[in-house]
Amino acid sequence: MHTTPAIRARGITKCFGDVVALDGVDLEVAAGQVHGLVGPNGAGKTTLLGLLLGLAVGDSGRLEILGTPIARTLAVPDGVAGFVDAPGLYPSLSARQNLSALASLRGYGAGYGTGPAAGVDGALEQVGLTDVADDRVRGFSLGMRQRLGLAAALLTKPRLLVLDEPANGLDPAGKHHVHRVITGLAADGTAVVISSHRMDDLAALCSEVTILATGRVVFSGPVSKLAAESGELDYRLLTSDPAAARGVAARTPGLRVVPRRGPGRWSDAGVLVVRGPVPAIDELVARLVGAGVAVRELAPVVAPLEAAFLALTGTGTGTGIAASQPWTEEIEETEETEQSDEEGRR
Amino acid sequence: MTATVAAPTKIHARPAPVLRGYRFELVKLLSQHRTRLLLAACWIVPAAFVAAVSLQNSLPADTVFGRWMHATGWAGSLVVLDFSCTWALPLLTALVAGDVFAAEDRLGTWRHLLVAVRSPRRIFVAKALASLTVLLILVVGLATSSVAGGLAAVGDRPLVGLDGHVLAPADAAATVLLAWACVLVPTLAFAAVGLLGSVALGRSPMGLLMPALLAFALRLAQLLPLPVAVRVALPSHAFLAWHGLFTSPAQAGPLLVGLAVCLAWAVAATALAYRLFLRRDFTDIAYDGSGRRVLVAGVLPLAGLVALTVAVVAAATPAGGSGIERVKLQDSLATAYAHLYRLQSRELNRPDVTEARLRATATCDKGGDRVVDEGPGNDWRCVVSWHLPGVAAVGTAIYQLDVTAGGRYVADGDGPKEVNGYFQVRTPTGDAPNPLWRLDGNVDLLARTQKG
Repeated sequence: MHTTPAIRARGITKCFGDVVALDGVDLEVAAGQVHGLVGPNGAGKTTLLGLLLGLAVGDSGRLEILGTPIARTLAVPDGVAGFVDAPGLYPSLSARQNLSALASLRGYGAGYGTGPAAGVDGALEQVGLTDVADDRVRGFSLGMRQRLGLAAALLTKPRLLVLDEPANGLDPAGKHHVHRVITGLAADGTAVVISSHRMDDLAALCSEVTILATGRVVFSGPVSKLAAESGELDYRLLTSDPAAARGVAARTPGLRVVPRRGPGRWSDAGVLVVRGPVPAIDELVARLVGAGVAVRELAPVVAPLEAAFLALTGTGTGTGIAASQPWTEEIEETEETEQSDEEGRR
Repeated sequence: MTATVAAPTKIHARPAPVLRGYRFELVKLLSQHRTRLLLAACWIVPAAFVAAVSLQNSLPADTVFGRWMHATGWAGSLVVLDFSCTWALPLLTALVAGDVFAAEDRLGTWRHLLVAVRSPRRIFVAKALASLTVLLILVVGLATSSVAGGLAAVGDRPLVGLDGHVLAPADAAATVLLAWACVLVPTLAFAAVGLLGSVALGRSPMGLLMPALLAFALRLAQLLPLPVAVRVALPSHAFLAWHGLFTSPAQAGPLLVGLAVCLAWAVAATALAYRLFLRRDFTDIAYDGSGRRVLVAGVLPLAGLVALTVAVVAAATPAGGSGIERVKLQDSLATAYAHLYRLQSRELNRPDVTEARLRATATCDKGGDRVVDEGPGNDWRCVVSWHLPGVAAVGTAIYQLDVTAGGRYVADGDGPKEVNGYFQVRTPTGDAPNPLWRLDGNVDLLARTQKG
């Protein structure tokens, strides 16, 4: 079978005056792949998404969308849909009118396609907005607007879907709805590029991620590889016997118990926070089971993707845990302890 | 990860057809509360206003044709037209054309629209056509509603023109509709300025205000003692030049020049807006326009257009000075007096005397011997003389004239009560308005002065 990536970008550079928004960016997204785009504010994500939607062209480099080289603005082939910043919706029109207008402009007609998911009604049904189809968008919540923006993209039967913060303002049910739609599209062969600051969403949806920092790609590849490269992480451990578990953890090679201090989510006496690489965590679980300690919960305090993001973009401290989090004090104490140890050794 | 699909089959990247974009823009405009309110106001308020005023004792005599609102249903529409030319039409262009591009900036929908339509050119054309369509619907509403209100309240009766001649109902209808059609052209020019402001200034409210500000500035300029070549070369002149349709023969010169100037403005402002729009960076979602860009790409070219049109008008027309001269005024007043004398004779059941046999003449003077008899002002004093067949004595009547810089004047009678000294005359059926007491006239600013 002939392989045609949905996106193939090589050495894309884009400047706005003196500001280099993208600096030699390479990106390849296969059909059927959900690809995450991550980066701090000003990293160039929106610029890159704009290029993918045809809103602008790079100053240099080569970009192919669905096999078509893109040399000028608004020249992306049919089958590319999505939104940047926020969905473009007209508040004085109803949800149905917004979609019908888009369908008409793109030459699809309101009843485009066949089957239950076809046309305006099908798109509204897919994102769960059938009940408010004839309400004006003016009264929609942020989450409803996001879902309507997704419906607008679905309407065009995309082969490449570009979404900027699609989960913004969504409640848990809405988020699951959107996730289901995206994974469904990917299963049908649509390539999806999602830019988001919500690492849990990206971790749940994306098979590959690209991390941008100051216009450059600092990582691109599978999420699993990223997690493996992220090194030591903090894990929250809940067991049937915290005291025994603490002892086992302290004796496990390569693992450190993070001291507990102050109030917070992890100040519960039954919760243990340990730091170490994945093999050490595996060893800990085996030892706990061997010691007859039941493991009730074991999860990273910070998602691997988020930790990697913070580490790779240089926006985090230490192990990449944000300063405002409740376990910050614990980490700081750990670092202080480590520093004291080093000073003592000297 | 490796995923494969078949190579893309159909690739369609064609822009959306202009007609679809136009329809979408119309839907957007008509879905706005503001547009709906304007439509309701333009289609309902004029009828109510004309009907209400026509049934009152006091009439808006200061407004052209206002004193005839009791006499014919067509006068009310012209009163509404005069008011619209001063305030309503510039404001409507500001609210519709002045916001049609800026609305996308406010809503942050440019990217969405560009991706959907895929052609900034077509977006521009669709938006311009849609805003002009809405403006046309609004103007048609003003005309239709005001005519309907007048006809319903007063009836389809003859209309007295601005030189006193009587237009039969059919002629009145045609001329009134022609006058409304003529003001569509300056409306187009102001709409183009609105498009330019909307494109150039993005979310800034100054874009919305540009047509209204231009109308206000030009209104102020019209009050100044400008040379006639400058006056008729301004795009606001066509908002006044329709007055010339209501004389016989029609004063076509100023009207045609005004319409030509407005067409030039419409084309120039639209072209500037188009150029600015195509050069715009749509990736900047906080676009508020640029003062320098507006000055260089908007204001300076239009100022150049004013200079060009002034030069062309000055070279191509015989007019000089203010365009208001003693001889023109005398001819205009004598003609109006003769027509209205016949009207008064019919009211009073006197024997009809034709204008030719009446041989009415006027002698005018402005401000006494120390003032040059030229230009606008309320210090014109005229003596009208006329002859009656078989009567040796020459009849005379005095008028004080207030002449505006645009050429319109109001002559206030000051003579015998039976002729022009009182606002009413006693007819066989009761008291009736005296057509010679106060009369409206209009001087052709571009007419060649007939010496002697």
